[in-house]
Amino acid sequence: MKPGHGEVLIAEGDVQLAEDERRLIDEFRLQLEEGLWAAVPTLQDGRRQAQMVKRFQDVPRDAERVIFFPRAAGG
Amino acid sequence: MVLALVATAIVAVALLSEELLPRIDELWSRFRARRRPAETFGYDPGRERRAEQRARTLLRSCVGEEEWAMYRDLGFIRVWGTQADGPGRAGATGGAAYGYLIYPHRAIIAYLAQTHRLLSEYCVTFPDQTRPYGSSRLPDSDDVLAKWMALTGDETRLISTANMNLPGRQLDPAHVKRDLWRLAQWERGRMRAAARHGQTPIDPTEGPSETPLDAAGQ
Repeated sequence: MKPGHGEVLIAEGDVQLAEDERRLIDEFRLQLEEGLWAAVPTLQDGRRQAQMVKRFQDVPRDAERVIFFPRAAGG
Repeated sequence: MVLALVATAIVAVALLSEELLPRIDELWSRFRARRRPAETFGYDPGRERRAEQRARTLLRSCVGEEEWAMYRDLGFIRVWGTQADGPGRAGATGGAAYGYLIYPHRAIIAYLAQTHRLLSEYCVTFPDQTRPYGSSRLPDSDDVLAKWMALTGDETRLISTANMNLPGRQLDPAHVKRDLWRLAQWERGRMRAAARHGQTPIDPTEGPSETPLDAAGQ
C-alpha cells in the first residue's frame, strides 16, 4: 500500500521453487526492515480475517499473497 | 628567507590538503544541493482517484462479502472484538460482546453490541514516512484495510498502539449512534432479502458468532 498509488506489486513467485522462495524471503525481510507490517488475508471457519506475520516461516504455505502496510502509530 | 617561507607554505598546504579537500568538496555539494529545487508533488486528483480505485479493489478482495457491502453502502466496517474483558484499558465489559467501527482516516470506535453504548475512541494512523507523492496518507480504502487487518490479526497490539480517548474526541457520538442505527437497519434489510431468496439469514441481533470468551479460547 502506498500513498498516492494504492496497491503495488513487490514480488511474486512460487514458494515450491527454491530460487523464487529465496527471492520472496529477501523481499519479505527488506519490507520488514523498512518498518512495514505484514499480513496475510485468511479464511477461517467461513470468516475472512488477517494473520499478522513477522517471519517468512509464519506465512502459510498456501497463502496467495502477503500485504505490507505502514506500521500503526498513535494518531 | 622568502624561499624558505614559500617552501614551508607548500609543505603545509600539501599536508592540509588531505584534510581540507573532502571538506571543500562536501561544502560545494551542499551548496549545489541547496540551489537545486526540491522535487515536489502537487495534489493530483486523478492520481488520487486511481489510487483509491486500486485500494477499493484490494479491500474487496481481502474482507468478506458482508464487510465489503457494509463499506460500500454505509462507509464504514464493523469488526467484532475478541478480548474476553473488552478492548484495552477501557476493558471491563463483563464479558459482553463488543465491536469496532472502522472509518477511513478517523478513530476506531469501540461499542457494546447489545446496548450500543460507546466505549472509547482509538486514534491510530498508518503513516508512510517515505511520502512517495509528498503525502504520508494512504488512500481511504487502504487505511480501512490496514485497520481491518491489524484488528482482526492482532487486536491487542493495535489497541495498545493507538491513543485511547473517550467517545466524542474525533467523532460526534450522535453521528456514531446514528451509524449504528443505520447498520442495524442495513442488516435487517439484508436478512429480509436473504429470506426472500431462500438463503439462511444470520440474525444480526445475535451479535458476533462467537462470544468473546469463546474467541479467547477460555
